[in-house]
Amino acid sequence: MTTLPAKRPVGAIAFTALVLVAAMISFSRYRGAMDYYEQGILFACAAGLIWFGRFWPAMQRFLPLCGAIALAAIELYDRNLARGGSNFFLKYLLTSQSLVMWMCVLFFLATLMYWIGLLRRSASSLSIASGLTWAAATASLSSSLVRWYEGYLIGPDVGHIPVSNLYEVFVLFCLITALMYLYYEARFAARSMGAFVLLVISAAVGFILWYSFDRGAHEIQPLIPALQSWWMKIHVPANFVGYGAFAIAAMLGLAQLLVSRGILASRLPSYDTLGEVSYKAIAIGFLFFTIATILGAMWAADAWGGYWSWDPKETWALIVWLNYAAWLHVRLVKGWRGNVLAWWSVIGLLVTTFAFLGVNMFLSGLHSYGGL
Amino acid sequence: MTTKKSPRHHPAPFGRALFELFSSMRFAISLLTVLSIASVIGTVLKQNEPYVNYRFEFGDFWFRIFEPLGLFDVYHTSWFLLLLAFLMLSTSLCIWRHVPGMLRDIRGWREKAGRSSLRLMAHHAEADGEANREHVLAHLTQSGFRFRIREHDRVWQVAAKRGAWQKLGYLFAHAAIVVICIGGLLDGNLPLKLMELAGYKAPETRDMPQGQVPEISRLSASNLSFRGNVTVPEGAAADVVFLNAGKGYFVQELPFAIRLKAFHVDYYTTGQPKRFASDIDILDRQSGKIRQSGTVEVNKPMVVDGVAIYQASFGDGGSPLSFARWDLGNGSAAPLDARSQASSALTIAGQPYTLETGDLRVFNIENLGKTESQQSAVTVNKFEQALSQAASVKGEHNLRNLGPSVQFKLRDATGQAVEYLNYLAPQPLDDHLYLVTGMRREVAQPFTFIRMPLDTEGKVDTFMRVHHALLDPQQYPAIAKATADAAFRDGAFSATNRAQFAEVTRSVLTQFGSGGFPALERFLDGKVPAEQRQTVAQTYLKILQGAAVEAFAQAQRQAGLAPLPMDETNYRFLMDSLVATSNLFDYGPAVYLQPTGFTQVQASGFQLTRSPGKTVVYLGSVLLVMGIFCMFYIREERLWVRLEAGRTLIAMTSNRRNADLDHAFAAHRAALLPESAPGAMPKPKPAATPDGEPT
Repeated sequence: MTTLPAKRPVGAIAFTALVLVAAMISFSRYRGAMDYYEQGILFACAAGLIWFGRFWPAMQRFLPLCGAIALAAIELYDRNLARGGSNFFLKYLLTSQSLVMWMCVLFFLATLMYWIGLLRRSASSLSIASGLTWAAATASLSSSLVRWYEGYLIGPDVGHIPVSNLYEVFVLFCLITALMYLYYEARFAARSMGAFVLLVISAAVGFILWYSFDRGAHEIQPLIPALQSWWMKIHVPANFVGYGAFAIAAMLGLAQLLVSRGILASRLPSYDTLGEVSYKAIAIGFLFFTIATILGAMWAADAWGGYWSWDPKETWALIVWLNYAAWLHVRLVKGWRGNVLAWWSVIGLLVTTFAFLGVNMFLSGLHSYGGL
Repeated sequence: MTTKKSPRHHPAPFGRALFELFSSMRFAISLLTVLSIASVIGTVLKQNEPYVNYRFEFGDFWFRIFEPLGLFDVYHTSWFLLLLAFLMLSTSLCIWRHVPGMLRDIRGWREKAGRSSLRLMAHHAEADGEANREHVLAHLTQSGFRFRIREHDRVWQVAAKRGAWQKLGYLFAHAAIVVICIGGLLDGNLPLKLMELAGYKAPETRDMPQGQVPEISRLSASNLSFRGNVTVPEGAAADVVFLNAGKGYFVQELPFAIRLKAFHVDYYTTGQPKRFASDIDILDRQSGKIRQSGTVEVNKPMVVDGVAIYQASFGDGGSPLSFARWDLGNGSAAPLDARSQASSALTIAGQPYTLETGDLRVFNIENLGKTESQQSAVTVNKFEQALSQAASVKGEHNLRNLGPSVQFKLRDATGQAVEYLNYLAPQPLDDHLYLVTGMRREVAQPFTFIRMPLDTEGKVDTFMRVHHALLDPQQYPAIAKATADAAFRDGAFSATNRAQFAEVTRSVLTQFGSGGFPALERFLDGKVPAEQRQTVAQTYLKILQGAAVEAFAQAQRQAGLAPLPMDETNYRFLMDSLVATSNLFDYGPAVYLQPTGFTQVQASGFQLTRSPGKTVVYLGSVLLVMGIFCMFYIREERLWVRLEAGRTLIAMTSNRRNADLDHAFAAHRAALLPESAPGAMPKPKPAATPDGEPT
């Protein structure tokens, strides 16, 4: 997937047909369990997926593949969670936890290959690294889908979308950051950026492993009443588009700073390209972060009695927002470019990380679901 | 924009300079920074705690500095509101300053651009031969351009544009900030603050029944916006809420009354709460008639008269409780009735005490650590174990419901209190049953638990008899004699010193009876040389155990019951009794209140809010998202095609010069120029030019 594949109408038509058929099957089988809102959401999702497939044709293969893996796992489970430990394919490949482990391994390998490719100027290594990242992203999305199903196998009242605690959102973070990166990589035909972006994903993967092995965080917990809301389904993913984008921007900022000092300058994309991708990432991240914060406010109005309570998490979200608003202003209005902005986006990631993790660890408040 | 030096030679008038400053980019950025830093304070310092806590945490000196700065409620201080007001001002002035020019720009076509000015544009190209006019217009229409044609002096020029929303996006995003601030202001407590300043209203600081709170601290039901809390017990009703106000509170009248019919908590099988729900009636304030009924749940508020009712908390609403009051001095029991969340007078051993009951908790689900399979010794390798556990998303938990518990304090006349946590149900441990009571002298400490063994009937009476016998000095001679007799009957000791043995037994009993095992240990430490202590202690312990057996038998006989055979179960019972008796010495007042029954009355905590600004804020939010989207993802483009004297000139500009513009220009050039002449490439874009957008 070096460049965006040229528009292939056959693929697009097949994908559209597949999504529509899947939506129709879901509708006919489960319409009884859905109210009008949910039926509307189902078709809106189908339309959204079709649009997304057109916007980024690589998704026309990626999404059906992940769906197929998830369906295979569901088929093998045969409504019995215990089969996860006995069935060979499930145990080593298709349970959500094996998929997460595969994801971790693949991301580490991809990081390694990106660095080999970068240091040895090897296009083939970079190409393999890109493929590994795609595979890791596939494992990541599939694991979330399978985990979603596994929750319902534990208990019909336990199952929920896997975005409810720190472990689940870290997997989501890896997925979103990887996908956004892959999009920019293809768009700007600049694979060596991966060496930097994959570092931040690897850090997240390291956290996932520690969190799972040491703290047993991978267990599916039922939702506490405050989280039982459909706002969660959109608020959390929207936030992570923001976090992922800010992370990419910061890592590219780091690359920019190195290039400006002549380090790796001949191996990385040009200084300006790094700056432009960085800007694009922050722009999309800012848009989604704004949406996520607004959705959060609407949820808070349902759950906490007010759309804004100056809760530490809310306040830090505001600080992050103000930070990137200022960043965008000086770039777009003042026309700033260069190292100051690069430093700023690196520091911005520190602020964002504090808002994401630090608040849960050090400050108390209403938003204590993601505690360590 | 404002960084440029003013060309004026005379100093600008003050008003003008102020306008320049407030509408400047630099001011806006500084404001964003200051606002961020100010916001941090409120997240690091816990807000809206009772003031005594702050004084305790920071000491008097810092407290006196922090308090006037309003650091304990940063987001409602006047200086923080002032910052927000400046943000609003800055944004408004920025809009005021740039919108007219922008609107002119959006409306304008720039159709009079001449050949030389087109040639100066970074993206332009020329070719011999005139392009087909129909074809040009068709291409422009197809590409979504609107255009205007100008023909004069044998020059045919079309000026086209698209993407006007890009500039409108700017307007939306900035107007959104102002709209959101206005909405927030509507919901803020500014009017109340002003009334406080003017002295019309003042918060109440005393703890008193709500009905007695004077008018100056009461807010009428017509108050436009408020956010307050109230706790309602089952069966009761409330028609006011309490608003936190720094050191005190305000009483906010409601346009209706809420009556709590019932409160429910549902649990998952894992013991975590699944649902908190309150069944409520909304009553008319005057007539008391039911206006409507419904259920309020977390995430599912109910809206009445523009007031939203939220499920905020829950607790014990004052449940009738019954206790067996065991007098630890004489082992007698008497029934005692009380109510949770209340206090009553109690006389213990002639001393006046206050019984302050706290929460009745009906469920106490505890995680008792790992299950047996998880502790299995087979998996030696820790990593392997971690790996096998990480494979499953379903955890094994060893959960147990410990049953109902009551928490209460006994406060003596000097104000000293001891806190207790007593469980109603017997708790099993290794197939034996115990009554468990927890005790602590300071709130910050964990409870120390004492387990009193239960007899075969599951009652604590037998223990109480043993306890009493062990503590009653009048019984010691008889017990000592019986102990000596038993010891010499078994032949464990030589027959010479039977009287001396009885004397030692009595002494051991006296020491134990004065303070349990610790007293015995102190006695040993004081009387016995260190090297012999170990041996003597062993002997004393044996003597104590022997004495306990006799005390047990004597207690049974006194109660008119047959002494129990010393089998394994009874022996264990006896040893547990010794330990419990010893522990009860440090139990505070000599009374054990055994919970025997309750009628649960729950209470539900509601948050009630009226926020007229909500819709305004949401409107602003929609504007904001639309604005940001338009600003970033719509490109404003202008394209000129000039046919003159057998040549075609095309030129293009955009609000942002980047790779996308290069691509777009290349596409238009290919479509519009008759035969693309080589060499007419776009000039390389100049480095670091502003994108030409206003603040």
